[in-house]
Amino acid sequence: MSVAGINVLVEETRAIQARAGEPLLAIEDVSTYYGSVAALRGVDLTVGRGEIVTLIGANGAGKSTLMMTIFGAPRARSGTIRYAGEDITRLPTHRIARLGLAQSPEGRRVFPRMSVFENLQMGASLHGGRWFAQDLERVCALFPRLKERLQQRAGTMSGGEQQMLAIGRALMSRPTLLLLDEPSLGLAPLVVKGIFDAIRDLNRQDGMTIFLVEQNAYHALKLAHRGYVLVNGRVTMSGTGRQLLDDPAVKAAYLEGGHGAATTA
Amino acid sequence: MAPARSPGLPDILRDAGLYALVAFALCVPVVSYRTEAGPAGLELLPRWPLVGLLCAGIFVLRLAQRLVLARRDARRALIPAPSQATEAVHAEPAAGQTVSGFALWAFLGLALTLPVIATLASGGLGPARYWIDLGILILTYVMLGWGLNIVVGLAGLLDLGYVAFYAVGAYTYALLSTTFGLSFWVCLPLAGLFAGLWGMVLGFPVLRLRGDYLAIVTLAFGEIIRLVLINWTDVTGGAAGISSIPRASFFGIPFTADEDGFAARFGLSFDSMHRVVFLYYLILALALLTNLVTLRLRRLPIGRAWEALREDEIACRSLGIDTTATKLTAFALGAAFGGFAGSFFAVRQGFISPESFNFLESAIILAIVVLGGMGSQIGVAIAAVAMVGGPELLRNLGFLSAVFGEGFDPNEYRLLLFGLAMVTMMVWRPRGLISERQPSVSLGRARGISGAHVSEGHG
Repeated sequence: MSVAGINVLVEETRAIQARAGEPLLAIEDVSTYYGSVAALRGVDLTVGRGEIVTLIGANGAGKSTLMMTIFGAPRARSGTIRYAGEDITRLPTHRIARLGLAQSPEGRRVFPRMSVFENLQMGASLHGGRWFAQDLERVCALFPRLKERLQQRAGTMSGGEQQMLAIGRALMSRPTLLLLDEPSLGLAPLVVKGIFDAIRDLNRQDGMTIFLVEQNAYHALKLAHRGYVLVNGRVTMSGTGRQLLDDPAVKAAYLEGGHGAATTA
Repeated sequence: MAPARSPGLPDILRDAGLYALVAFALCVPVVSYRTEAGPAGLELLPRWPLVGLLCAGIFVLRLAQRLVLARRDARRALIPAPSQATEAVHAEPAAGQTVSGFALWAFLGLALTLPVIATLASGGLGPARYWIDLGILILTYVMLGWGLNIVVGLAGLLDLGYVAFYAVGAYTYALLSTTFGLSFWVCLPLAGLFAGLWGMVLGFPVLRLRGDYLAIVTLAFGEIIRLVLINWTDVTGGAAGISSIPRASFFGIPFTADEDGFAARFGLSFDSMHRVVFLYYLILALALLTNLVTLRLRRLPIGRAWEALREDEIACRSLGIDTTATKLTAFALGAAFGGFAGSFFAVRQGFISPESFNFLESAIILAIVVLGGMGSQIGVAIAAVAMVGGPELLRNLGFLSAVFGEGFDPNEYRLLLFGLAMVTMMVWRPRGLISERQPSVSLGRARGISGAHVSEGHG
């Protein structure tokens, strides 16, 4: 092979690498305010294709605000949010959702008076039911509990089941990037394990990119490829899940106490 | 936990007696004497029989209530409670929260045959007029209720100014027919279209508002329309309204006595009641159309989006639903049906004025929707019958004057009874008459789920 041929090959490889290296979601210097109160101050964060990235932090650190800012409500006052290279900072929420992002929002927000089946239908409304049967099958395989309750009203289910429904509803839109806001909030350890197993399966088997906001730092960091720590609206630390788990500062702030309980559970 | 001992009959009797005693104590100062202006100043007229009657009534009512409750408790004790919250609950709707299929058909059958029944019962078309007119009035409110149900019941947007669209529809027909001589059948769709357009015009600025704020703005909009109608004298005739609005024709054939008229064409002897019966079936058709469109839309994505919007707006948006467009369609469609009803109102009355479109109308329509159970079509129909037909019933209660003395006019107590009915409803059935929501899709056996098991949606 000629030198020129090798050079072309090298160029191509670089191009592929560059494309693979371009993050699916890139948050650059984003600040969000509630009135005059800053909730996020210049946050930088990236989520690469096929990754599980987690954001941990204490109550009021701005985790959910970041999640909602990605979805355009509230809107970022400065900075840019790019999804697959496209600037989505100023797009209305429903347009962002149409690009292939889905979220299971804080507090689940299922439609309480509608049946589980109707909730899932709402999740699939972007595609007009083209893959509905197939996707329903998949969600039911992931959360067998939902299958038993398709006709039940979402509001009558337990918290864990509603959480499963919220994730299932998000999955029905066939997202490329799934945003999960505190899926373990207020749930029994066994249920949490089930949900985290499901998240892992989605990532490993379906190659779905997942951005996970969690207070349950131990579980989240164990699951995630990379993690960020948010304190008072600023990212103070980032690294692989392992690195953060072993970091003494993270240990002291988020893992001590909770850690022991989590391992015995 | 030891099972609670069910109360025996002596307990219940003692309890009812206690109630009667309390009632008696309350009656002594309030009811037992009546002051009357006599020749020598005020005289006290004792009314002890009335007191006795009231106390006996309270006693019987309490007894009945306790007996019913005791039976219910006994029945409940036989049904095992779910042992755990996560266990699947077979939440069957309680009796009275659903309307059986049979009752539905009976209701529809009665609506379809009312003119016939009324004619047979009162012995002739002429005497039946009262009942048919009442039927028309009720059906108008059923239609308005169903129209508003799209906005309030399904999409969850509290609209206190619905009567504005009713007015727009009525004035559209009145003005188009008196000015340009257009027939009712041309004006009817135009009125709906125009009202729907106004729904959009109102919708745009208020879309960002929610709950109470939306209610206030729609209330204001209703008043603005009314004030414009009063003050824009050149066009609307001001407070005097518009009179001699052309009557509806039978698809082009007028209801007149001459040989081109409806009666002559169909070989009938002329009767002015033909027009009334025709109007009855016209409003019935319009109401059923509203119902059919609503039921159909509920099964389509747009209808589901309305309901989801009522449940949770933020979740809706993050699922990629354009809430602006969704709200606008609900507003426009609800308004369009209001417009249809309005043009019907104009053609029936032959005269309209801003007086007919005051806030009380909006309140009554809203009360029909809320009492019926938000989102339930049959509930709205039942509530309309009760709300509009109920006051009519009071006119026929003259025999009560035997109990309450001469000069007792039950009609004067209409609003009082109305309020009482409202309070009773809110205590006894806070989610409306038919609180159960039928899922728009069902797998296998359709099963409604009682509203009592589900928390209310917010948004």
